[in-house]
Amino acid sequence: MLNNYLPVLLFLMVAVGIGLILLGIGFLVGRGQKDPEKLSAYECGFEAFEDSRMKFDVRYYLVAILFIVFDLEIAFLFPWAISLDEIGLYGLGAMAIFLLVLVVGFIYEWKKGALEWD
Amino acid sequence: MNWPAGLEQALPEWALTTLTSLVQIGVVCLVLILSVAFLTYFERKVIGFMQNRMGPNRVGPRGLLQPFADVIKLLMKEVIVPSSANRFLFVIAPVLSIAPALAAWAVMPLFPGFVIADIDAALLYVLALTSMGVYGVILAGWASNSKYALLGAMRSAAQIIAYEIAMGFALVGVLMAGGSLNLGAIVEAQAGGPLSWFWLPLFPLFIVYFVSGVAETNRAPFDVAEGESEIVAGFHVEYSGVAFAVFFLAEYANMILIAALTAVLFLGGWTSPFAGSMFSFLDGSVLEFLRASGLHWLALKTAFFLFCFLWFRATFPRYRYDQIMRLGWKVFIPVTIVWIFVEGVMVVLGVGPWSS
Repeated sequence: MLNNYLPVLLFLMVAVGIGLILLGIGFLVGRGQKDPEKLSAYECGFEAFEDSRMKFDVRYYLVAILFIVFDLEIAFLFPWAISLDEIGLYGLGAMAIFLLVLVVGFIYEWKKGALEWD
Repeated sequence: MNWPAGLEQALPEWALTTLTSLVQIGVVCLVLILSVAFLTYFERKVIGFMQNRMGPNRVGPRGLLQPFADVIKLLMKEVIVPSSANRFLFVIAPVLSIAPALAAWAVMPLFPGFVIADIDAALLYVLALTSMGVYGVILAGWASNSKYALLGAMRSAAQIIAYEIAMGFALVGVLMAGGSLNLGAIVEAQAGGPLSWFWLPLFPLFIVYFVSGVAETNRAPFDVAEGESEIVAGFHVEYSGVAFAVFFLAEYANMILIAALTAVLFLGGWTSPFAGSMFSFLDGSVLEFLRASGLHWLALKTAFFLFCFLWFRATFPRYRYDQIMRLGWKVFIPVTIVWIFVEGVMVVLGVGPWSS
């Protein structure tokens, strides 16, 4: 049964290999002269004043956290969706309660303005 | 696959299966990369004609060799690694973005009875791999140590994960209808012509999935990540030469992947649109070949969605970032949750197309 997963592993290795080989060709074939100005970060022409890994908007962080919650929910929904035929009304009810809890949370964050980008 | 008899005796069983898989993988990868090359040509031509221009028409007949000229040019260019960048992550980021776009094809049912890896968790694998793409983006932006790149990466990553949720919910709807995680089984569940494909009963999910796919690949009109007028090229601003080409390849390979997945999940994959009993009058006529399933139907459906990608780019003005986030969180997610619930009730009550 695990035999079926061998091609997946092979494909992943080939895909990574293609990326590495392409980059390798580029580093070998591409010629050019290095120059401190050329190697500096792309900006308006000045040297960058500070490190660019600066503070960023907290909303990106919020989006990431919300993503984890919802993605987990999807992970729970996957097996449920497959077996809905067998678990019937009981399964539907259980998932309805689960979804309801999440929807309440979703409405809360909506009203709190966590989803606003202005 | 039939190997020469001598080879079959000389090698053990596992080596033969590995070799077979490697050949299949090689062919699929080659076709994909060629498709990407001609998709760029197609894109320039289609947008050219939509804007009443000619598009590329100098290299080769009708400009058909243009993609190869581009590839050679990009290969010859110098790869610049900025002095302030994190070298290792900078080089590994393009690989991380191309690998998932290619590897997801391992579970794609290409024609009846053929898929490279016939695994039961296929859709889970696809979901996992399409999520991996965001690592390439965010690593590229962070490793570049450039403000434009970092801003582009943040925007792009937030957008990708926001639309990923809507996509995941749409997939749950398909699972309920198809009753399996195996993509081949999902295609077979749609057998019997356009009316039994999932696009009709799952219409809202179909639209949500495809539009999310456009947003997920950072294509116009959702391409704020590389909004030329504000943050130059977004996360790959510091990349040049072949490193840039790999990102480019990944973006287009992702477009092809999303188009093919939409075709497989909602438009019946390799099944023929003339397969249903509605078209049985074609039997015995010259057009009977239209009723056969095969790779050509998957290719045609994929091509149609790819054309839609280009069409959108030529038609719609770019969304604002807050509008993008509003569409993802406040429109798509509620729509998909409601539709999943409706579908669940329909499945349990045995109404609709799923009464089995």
